[in-house]
Amino acid sequence: MIKVKINGQEQSWDGDPDLPLLWFLRDEAGLTGTKFGCGQALCGACTVIVDKEAVRACITSINDVAGREITTIEGLHPNGDHPVQKAWRQVNVPQCGFCQAGQIMQAAALLMDNPKPSHDQIREAMSGNICRCGCYQRIENAVHLASTGV
Amino acid sequence: MNFIDNPKKLRGFEKNIKVEKVSRRSILKGLGITGGFVLAAPVMSRQAFAYETGAGKMPHGVVVDPRVFVAVAPDGTVTILAHRAEMGTGVRTSLPLIVAEEMEADWARVKVEQAHGDEVKFGNQDTDGSRSTRHYLMPMRQIGASARTMLEQAAAKRWGVPATEVKAVNHEVVHSATSRKLGFGELAADAAKEPVPSIEGLKLKDPKDFRYLGKGQIGIVDLHDITTGKARYGADVRLPGMKYAVIARPPVTGGKLVSFDPDAALKVPGVEKVMQVRGWPWPSKFQPLGGVAVIARNTGAAIKGRDALKLTWDDGANGKYDSVAYRKELEEASRKPGLVVRQEGDAEAALKGADKVVVGEYYLPHLAHVSMEPPVAVADVKGDKAEIWAPVQSPGGTREDVAKTLDIPEGNVTVNVTLLGGGFGRKSKCDFALEAALLSKELGVPVKVQWTREDDVRHDFLHTVSVERIEAGLDKSGKVIAWRHRSVAPSIGSTFAADAKHQAPFELGMGLVDMPFEIANISCENPEAAAFTRIGWFRSVSNIPRAFAVQSMVGEIAHATGRDQKETLLALIGSPRIVKPAVKDMWNYGEPLDSYPIDTARLRKVVELVAEKGEWGRQVPKGHGLGIAVHRSFVSYIATIVEVAVDDKGKLTVPRVDTAIDCGTYVNPERIASQIEGAAIMGLSLAKYGEITFKDGKVQQKNFDDFQVLRIDESPAVTNVYIVPPGPDTPPSGVGEPGVPPFAPALMNAIFAATGKRIRSLPLGKQLEA
Ligand code: FES
Ligand code: FES
Repeated sequence: MIKVKINGQEQSWDGDPDLPLLWFLRDEAGLTGTKFGCGQALCGACTVIVDKEAVRACITSINDVAGREITTIEGLHPNGDHPVQKAWRQVNVPQCGFCQAGQIMQAAALLMDNPKPSHDQIREAMSGNICRCGCYQRIENAVHLASTGV
Repeated sequence: MNFIDNPKKLRGFEKNIKVEKVSRRSILKGLGITGGFVLAAPVMSRQAFAYETGAGKMPHGVVVDPRVFVAVAPDGTVTILAHRAEMGTGVRTSLPLIVAEEMEADWARVKVEQAHGDEVKFGNQDTDGSRSTRHYLMPMRQIGASARTMLEQAAAKRWGVPATEVKAVNHEVVHSATSRKLGFGELAADAAKEPVPSIEGLKLKDPKDFRYLGKGQIGIVDLHDITTGKARYGADVRLPGMKYAVIARPPVTGGKLVSFDPDAALKVPGVEKVMQVRGWPWPSKFQPLGGVAVIARNTGAAIKGRDALKLTWDDGANGKYDSVAYRKELEEASRKPGLVVRQEGDAEAALKGADKVVVGEYYLPHLAHVSMEPPVAVADVKGDKAEIWAPVQSPGGTREDVAKTLDIPEGNVTVNVTLLGGGFGRKSKCDFALEAALLSKELGVPVKVQWTREDDVRHDFLHTVSVERIEAGLDKSGKVIAWRHRSVAPSIGSTFAADAKHQAPFELGMGLVDMPFEIANISCENPEAAAFTRIGWFRSVSNIPRAFAVQSMVGEIAHATGRDQKETLLALIGSPRIVKPAVKDMWNYGEPLDSYPIDTARLRKVVELVAEKGEWGRQVPKGHGLGIAVHRSFVSYIATIVEVAVDDKGKLTVPRVDTAIDCGTYVNPERIASQIEGAAIMGLSLAKYGEITFKDGKVQQKNFDDFQVLRIDESPAVTNVYIVPPGPDTPPSGVGEPGVPPFAPALMNAIFAATGKRIRSLPLGKQLEA
């Protein structure tokens, strides 16, 4: 039996220990905010925060995060008012929105690590997250806004 | 208008409208697509409009009826139905916003509900062709105005005053003479009993009184849900007892399963079943490719099971498809005469007599859509009833195809449209929903079919592959006197009919025969090309290779004559006029040429605007260059200036992009900017990396590692967007697609300015590193 803490709640799993965390979250735990975009750590759509680090849930097995604390987009802030979320709305970042949970989690992890990133540091830290709609200019601006106070 | 307490009920409202059977489902008439109904009753009538659009000619036309689209609850909440699919353009916000504007509803008290697929009830729902605002600005205004009129009439009756004395203002109706007011909620029940006013007598708002339309910043209705993970896409639908399916499909289009061994797959924990999926012989429109499905308790197990399958395929006739060889064929075909699709003067003779001939042969490979959300659908089929939840651009067509595939009446099929995690044309084809329907029918439980990214890249309906060859003849003064453009590319028609070797009018009309330059001798030709894979609509469609070729050629002519790119471009566009190409069956994005002519004054204007705002001709540092391009598509006019920087190792960066768009009357400028910013990213993406290749009939790419798309660290440092203010009564035109085509040629013209290297073959790849 594998135990994990997701958004503050204990969850357990006694199926395949190799099951990617992404599918545990989406299909078993019903937390569909975390998205599937590539399955190979190439797009960032599945980004969650494990302890304090941004992690690609699609290549992380449930076994790898046993006993760890996982935060998904649903748990980032109780009212959805994390500075990154607020900045995202202020800048009207999303188009289709499908990549955005991953982008927001990546940005939140970046700001934990580096509260005042430069534009170049933002671009570098966010470069693992693809937005096929092409919201990059706004993503960059929103991360900058979140870091300077919304 | 509906008086209701639960807006969810909007779905169930029945309307008593006579329907007339006609055979018209698609612009691909004559390609084997038939069936459908067109409303006999409230379709648009010419008199009611300041301009005419092609909306009435779409399958099922347009429905203008407030009782279908608007509900007012007793607490005043106004619910407006969005009947088009949201894939990132903002349409789910902008169409309801138009209704709210005209009915004087307060946007803060409006809820938007998504309509299911029912074109008899809602009118055409094909969300493609950049036509939602174009076709629905006026109908949505009329729906809003009807609702407002009904509310005003109800209030006037209640007060016993003439309706002309009352006025709806911001969610209430006011009688100013007596200072009386009634909220929309208080009037809803009475308003619902009022007759729906005739379209002809409707009084629309004076645009100067608009509160929302054409104004600044209206955030999309899903903004909060998207940023909190609550927004529901196709993949997020979960039903009790639902099973998860992943399918192994034939690696070659048209291939067949010979045998399969399910044993290893069945040993994967969580896998419950392995079964065959029916496939249709190629070409089969949007029918599934067939294959073997692995059914599991979650997607992860289904993927692992699918990877463990042992499969033997018969590749069939397309097993020889090879991109290197095929490119040679296209190039050879482009060097010989082809079917003449536009002819003015005598291009052949003029080319022979020209002082100089500039020749360019431009190549654009297949492109995959790779919308961020791979295809996915949920189906629940019970007996002769089917319910689908899917991110589809064509809910009406999906309903029709599910009914046909399962052989049940269309009325027994419900298609629920989720948010789309990107579409770009891929999700106009509902094969993934049909797969889910087939599996659910067989299993008797709800099934979700999830495509992996590898499935998406390998089994797309790809953007075509093309060679565009242009020969421009110049006289002694450098004036272009002859233009021959041969366009060779397999047609989207090949997905519907095996013998479609020439491009359809709707493809020829995308930048080939509608070429706007003022040149005396023009020949546009379309040599034959056969297809060996599924070809489909990709955002901007044939405009991408055409604009790339035509606008690169402008740069080449500028270079050959030693003139400025922008001046050369304006000289080619020529005098402000309406271009009337000598073309049989001229396709104008489905629009009448009267309301949507090819207007070179507007084309010139966007060039001049972008040149002014984008500071054309400014000094740029060494290694930098500026390029410009303009293109009319989806009846909008767009010009782009790109600045590039190329370092000594050939590494490319884009410090600045400027784009001017004239899309006529517009609704939400904030979303127009976001579409154009996104188009620059997609344009740069395809110019830099976009290429799907085939060997032995199989796609050689699989995921974002070998089919790369642009990332944030390579995106333009800044993209500026300028919107041309519309003239009075200028009809609305496309926004979603037109931004893409001018990008690649502007980029290549900029690269030439920076390096002297002319790139005629996309993608750019490592060409600058050589
Ligand atoms: S789905 Fe995990 S990185 Fe793409
Ligand atoms: S908003 Fe569509 S993929 Fe990013």
